[in-house]
Amino acid sequence: MKIHEYQGKAVLAQYGVPVPRGKVAYTVDEAVEAAKGLGLPVVVKAQIHAGGRGKAGGVKVARSIEECEALAKKMLGMRLKTHQTGPEGRMVRRLLIEQGLDLEGAREMYLAILVDRAAGRPVFMASASGGVEIEEVAARDPRAIHREYVEPAVGFQPFQARKLAFALALPGGLVSKAVALMTSLYRAFEGADASLVEINPFLMTRAGELIALDAKVNFDDNALFRHGELVELRDFDEEEPLEVEASKYSLNYIKLEGGSVGCMVNGAGLAMATMDIIKLAGGSPANFLDVGGGASADQIKNAFRILLADPDVRAVLINIFGGILRCDVLAEGVIAAVRALQVKVPVVVRMKGNNEEKGRSMLRESGLNFDTADTMTEAAEKVVRAAVGAAR
Amino acid sequence: MSVLVGRDTRLLVQGMGKHGTFHALGCRDYGTKVVGGVTPGKGGTTVEGFPLFDSVEEAVRKTGANTTVVFVPPAGAADAIMEAADSGIALVVCITEGIPTLDMVKVAAFLAGKRTRLIGPNCPGIISPGEQCKVGIMPGHIHMGGPVGVVSRSGTLTYEAVAQLTALGIGQSTCIGIGGDPIVGTNHTDALRLFNEDPATEAIVMIGEIGGSAEEDAAAYVKAQVRKPVVGFIAGQTAPPGRRMGHAGAIIAGGKGTAAEKMRALEAAGIRVVKSPADIGAAVSEVRQRK
Repeated sequence: MKIHEYQGKAVLAQYGVPVPRGKVAYTVDEAVEAAKGLGLPVVVKAQIHAGGRGKAGGVKVARSIEECEALAKKMLGMRLKTHQTGPEGRMVRRLLIEQGLDLEGAREMYLAILVDRAAGRPVFMASASGGVEIEEVAARDPRAIHREYVEPAVGFQPFQARKLAFALALPGGLVSKAVALMTSLYRAFEGADASLVEINPFLMTRAGELIALDAKVNFDDNALFRHGELVELRDFDEEEPLEVEASKYSLNYIKLEGGSVGCMVNGAGLAMATMDIIKLAGGSPANFLDVGGGASADQIKNAFRILLADPDVRAVLINIFGGILRCDVLAEGVIAAVRALQVKVPVVVRMKGNNEEKGRSMLRESGLNFDTADTMTEAAEKVVRAAVGAAR
Repeated sequence: MSVLVGRDTRLLVQGMGKHGTFHALGCRDYGTKVVGGVTPGKGGTTVEGFPLFDSVEEAVRKTGANTTVVFVPPAGAADAIMEAADSGIALVVCITEGIPTLDMVKVAAFLAGKRTRLIGPNCPGIISPGEQCKVGIMPGHIHMGGPVGVVSRSGTLTYEAVAQLTALGIGQSTCIGIGGDPIVGTNHTDALRLFNEDPATEAIVMIGEIGGSAEEDAAAYVKAQVRKPVVGFIAGQTAPPGRRMGHAGAIIAGGKGTAAEKMRALEAAGIRVVKSPADIGAAVSEVRQRK
């Protein structure tokens, strides 16, 4: 789960990580109030779940209350387009009003913690090159990123923090401060079951202050069951509405750009493979909808409703491998859903597993607009043809 | 003619709830020797003819179990795996989906240096059809005994590949579902090593997906060690970066873990890579004839 910068900073502050003073604002009035409380100058930062805000004009300094008011007016409600939002951009609904720090002569560095899957343990990364995309740093000079792997039994140790601090060439007098900050950051990572904590830039001011100037905190979805307080931070406005709707029914829906085939599949691997084969057949998937292992009649109905709510869908491909699930039960669910929802677009069904013959003949005899297929290739070719035909 | 599970498997089921019991029956019906279940507090009772025990240690002592399959819900699954490993059992297969990653970090550290092998979590399990041994939730009837080893991160996509093989009359030695999570007990390379050393396995199918670098590592191993023919497929060729494609592990992050990259690594290792998931069976048939 992703959260906003101001929420991430609040979580980090709870663990003792120094962050700039700031306040969230939903309205221009709140922004002005916040600026008055913080004192000038302030930084007005658009809060969206995407990086690259600074370059896109979503982070600006205000030196007067009037300027803060003007910036808040301009930013609230604007669509911010960054390299991570896609061409349609993302609506700004919240601002972070933050104390303006003196960046003159400051050093911008980078800190991050995530789980290294190959090593099976968390890795703490630090780089003296902050303020830019870390992927760029990694591509240019991998040695510029220092790594400390964390021993799960004992956690992140002070000597590791010292190694990183010296690798960043921090002045000796600041090392103990850096060790405290990094230790707090690791405690936050572990305590909140984060999947990523990234401080970019990690700032050292001319006055010798260490501070997290920006913060990106993502949580492990699988661990949210033990963090009720963090679940509250979810911002549904930042998510695709159909994805939110699908998650209510334990369906996994992902919208894809530019396609025309709606895909209903069971299992993530098969779903990805189905998308691939549609592409090979010359078409393009509009979305990915995984109904999971169970796929009850009710779930099929909800899945159809969500798939068809996507205006890009010109034809639907159902590719289900019924391991334990019986194909005749599945066919019943599909027929009921198509009848109830009065589905107009062509539907190609390919199902494998128990009672597949019976399921297929039920679909054929239903009198509805179904096409059936035996293999994945045949199914993909049929649905791509149908989608192209429907688009005409 | 199999790896990890077979005729000698004596299976324990951890988490005999509705789901666990349903699949315990499925395993028993397939031919697996299911010797009992573990449900703390229910020791001494039975369910569907399976004796229940309070702890894995007790169950192992009383039944001689050498393998366990875990259906315990996510909050308790890591604990269940560690309990199993503590009893000294040789193989733990964890089906549970949704275990927190930091719990799995602890499990991985706990297992280091112990003799227990973990398969999963978030996987369909493992099956050796020639020896009527199924440890997991896969449909047994689509499999048949034979010389091909299958390893995959996914569930239903593996069934798809297996069904293609079976339809062509090509049987399987063992099929291992290693799971779709970022941290798994047995990875592609481990499974390839087992198949490489198994005299009954003549060819290998490896099904990977986007995210991480396990497929690239496996390719390096194949290049260095494997002389048996290997067929590979990578799911997610059309997946956009930064989106989690269902599996927690299936995400292209920081430009790494793309299908194109993985397919290149596999091809460079001499693996026969198929672009279409529908071609896996036919490709196996082809590489076996070429030999």
